[in-house]
Amino acid sequence: MRVLRRIGGRLLASLPALLGVVVFTFLLMRVLPGDPAVFFSSGPNAGQAEIDAVRKDLGLDRPIPEQLLRYLYDVGTGNLGRSLTTGQTVVHDLGERLPASLELTLCALVLALGLALPLGILAAVRPGSAIDHAVRMVCTLGVCVPTFVSGLLLVYVFYVQFGIAPDPTGRLDIFAASPPDITGFLLIDFALVGDWEGWQAAAAQLVLPALTMALFVLAPLARMTRASMLSVLGSDFIRTARSIGLSRWRVVAVYGLRNAILPVLTIIGIVFSTMLGANVLVEKVFSWPGIGSYALDALLASDYAPVQGFVLLMAAVFVMVNLLIDVLYGIADPRVSVA
Amino acid sequence: MTAPLLSVRDLSVEFRTRSGIVPALKHVSFDLAPGEMLGIVGESGSGKSVTAFTLLGLLDRAGRVSSGQAMFGGQDLLRLGQGALNELRGAAMSIVFQNPRTALNPIRPVGVQIADVIARHDAGSTATLRARVLDALRQMRIAEPERRASAYPYELSGGMCQRIGIAMALACAPRLLIADEPTTGLDVTTQAAVMDVFRDAVRRGGVGTIFITHDLALASEYCDRILVMQSGEVVEDAPVAEIFTRPRHPYTRRLLRSTPSSVDVIDDLSPDEEPLPPAPPRGDRLAAPVLEVRGLSKSYAFARPRGLSNFWKPRDTAMLRAVDGVDLVIRPGEAVGLVGESGCGKSTLSRMINRLIAADAGEVLLQGTPIQRISPGRFASLPQRRLIQMVFQDPTESLNPRFSVFEAIADPVGQLLPHEGRAALRARVERAATRVGLPLALLPRYPHQLSGGQKARVGIARAMVVEPRLLVLDEPTSALDVSVQAVVLRLLTRLRREEGVAQLFVSHDLNVVRLLCDRIIVMYKGKIVESGTAEQVFNRPAHDYTRSLLAAIPRLRGQRALGAT
Repeated sequence: MRVLRRIGGRLLASLPALLGVVVFTFLLMRVLPGDPAVFFSSGPNAGQAEIDAVRKDLGLDRPIPEQLLRYLYDVGTGNLGRSLTTGQTVVHDLGERLPASLELTLCALVLALGLALPLGILAAVRPGSAIDHAVRMVCTLGVCVPTFVSGLLLVYVFYVQFGIAPDPTGRLDIFAASPPDITGFLLIDFALVGDWEGWQAAAAQLVLPALTMALFVLAPLARMTRASMLSVLGSDFIRTARSIGLSRWRVVAVYGLRNAILPVLTIIGIVFSTMLGANVLVEKVFSWPGIGSYALDALLASDYAPVQGFVLLMAAVFVMVNLLIDVLYGIADPRVSVA
Repeated sequence: MTAPLLSVRDLSVEFRTRSGIVPALKHVSFDLAPGEMLGIVGESGSGKSVTAFTLLGLLDRAGRVSSGQAMFGGQDLLRLGQGALNELRGAAMSIVFQNPRTALNPIRPVGVQIADVIARHDAGSTATLRARVLDALRQMRIAEPERRASAYPYELSGGMCQRIGIAMALACAPRLLIADEPTTGLDVTTQAAVMDVFRDAVRRGGVGTIFITHDLALASEYCDRILVMQSGEVVEDAPVAEIFTRPRHPYTRRLLRSTPSSVDVIDDLSPDEEPLPPAPPRGDRLAAPVLEVRGLSKSYAFARPRGLSNFWKPRDTAMLRAVDGVDLVIRPGEAVGLVGESGCGKSTLSRMINRLIAADAGEVLLQGTPIQRISPGRFASLPQRRLIQMVFQDPTESLNPRFSVFEAIADPVGQLLPHEGRAALRARVERAATRVGLPLALLPRYPHQLSGGQKARVGIARAMVVEPRLLVLDEPTSALDVSVQAVVLRLLTRLRREEGVAQLFVSHDLNVVRLLCDRIIVMYKGKIVESGTAEQVFNRPAHDYTRSLLAAIPRLRGQRALGAT
């Protein structure tokens, strides 16, 4: 109960930050070059009268403070405006694309953790060994090869050369049947209706983009695990654990890992938020219908509402992820309380 | 004599370092009888802890046993693999470490950590496990064992953590126990309590114990036999009654003479050193005080500072009165000792006097000028700052590793005497270095190239370089070995007698304070409970707390009890 109250307090405390984000993006979009009224008039030779009509229609003829107030009111009532490129409401568009991004990011994160934690631990248990150097090399490669290069390489090897992977065009083969829209997460939806063939198809589409992203974030996770594990393994209580006759494996897993995971948790939170918004390149390479490429397209088209909606969504996700990390931190470390 | 429990013969250990192979132990041999308590004393680097870690197979990767054997229960411990050692460790032999707080896993309840030992060596049902954990806690005289078992180390005091450490070591009734400086860093009263619990538990179980310490007095109170080690070698091995009355090895004799509790006046401490100048006549009773403190108070709030989420709630008014209405006068050339256990407010008081933190109430008069209104940040750049200088606790931690000795000593001059030219600055720094006995050849060196004693001298030179009238010394010798401590104490006395600089000596070590100070002030829970000349406080203590403090000081065997004249 107390924990819930504290979480509520934390959410309340994040409202000013969110408000700041809204105002900031609003102003930013207004000072960026490009006039949406011109852009969305019927053609390049549209008359001034038509442009004025569009501008009036969009509310762009009013003073900026009034526009801001209207915008804030709309955000408060859950109306993020309408995208001029897709013709749909921004809420609808984001709701459709967020699951795609989340599914990809989560899978990539799980994959990255599955690789980074064992690698980091191995490197820390035997510092200076061949394993340590191999891990360092993998991490360096992961960081210095841009995602669009590694993504294209993976596509080339597994799709073009070996033909194991399906063609990199979105979440599902165009000819495959989509599952009913329950959660928006294809893997979950397919599993819910028991369509395992579809599940496999969706999973196959997911592997390459997820791997591309995982490789990119492998380095911070593995290096952090190694550093944190090294410092923990050098501490006094590890010596105590050895002095009571615990086996090496138990010392590393029970006494070492739980202490070493704390700084890694913080990094996970940061990595996750970054991946969600910044994987535009991966989304583009694999034609993934995610929110990153959606926002990029809108920005290029001077379409204000989706970009503002995207930034607001990312800010909200960031707040939620940080809160979740703090709660996990509180569970993992009794010295910390969710404040 | 019965067969020894542990028999170490010709043990040599070396360490691989960047500068080649360094021997850490050289042909160490000794026996330990069942139920005996053997003290190993020596200064840092003498190989005490390396001996302990080698016997348990806990040496660092860099360490290597180059010769010798250690027979324990018919097996040579040095030939056993980690698997076989794991069967013995925690069960037949165990160890209690230094720094009880860091030696326990910070995120595991202490009861679970004790249970880890028991479950590893003789697993039983959850109920028996629980009963044995509670029993182990009760043996350590821990009140409310059920509640304590679920506590985390950060929720317990240092003394309590060490009781947990001892409970862990004794949980599976070992035959051999090694205690590596188990009470270093604890208050004297806590130390006495922990040591008593420890000795009783060890006696009850008939455990053969190796007790490693740098404190000769402590070893003499609790051990049956004492091994003196110096740079990796055993130089003396004798029953405790003999070693203090008839020390044979010159090193033992030197160690004994450097121990503050072995002498009555500072001039007798390490008498081989250059003799101290005579104490100036004490005609300064009426001299204007260099520092006067009136009704100084400081409180800290228990509650968290207000954030966004609780700004509408009424302010939580629970406060900890760290320093509560303290009066204090220090006259020129006087040394005043400020003693008390950790958390009694002595560090807070010394920081307020230094204007490192602001006081809530009260007055601080520096040579008659009130300074309590000056904010700590501004005081740092005022000329008055020169008059008070501070020497900090850990000489290593308090020196910037990127500053050479010259830069470290010159640092306060640049701040407080900015108009001094380069030549004058150099002359000033060299004078300060010479006064504290620091060879001028060391000036271009960096802290990591200095010994502990040299670093302590740099700390004192840095304080003395601006010619202060008052030195505030915050436990300046607690991180030093006894022989180095003796040298530093003599240096401080020399500075006071020659230069007439007043000293406020903050310490928990009553023996040191007794040698160094004219007057002693005892603090307890933020208040001054006793104050008087050193002789008065030691021989006729008025307050109960002072009496318990005096009773807890470890004494060398054969030395008359303090307070009994």
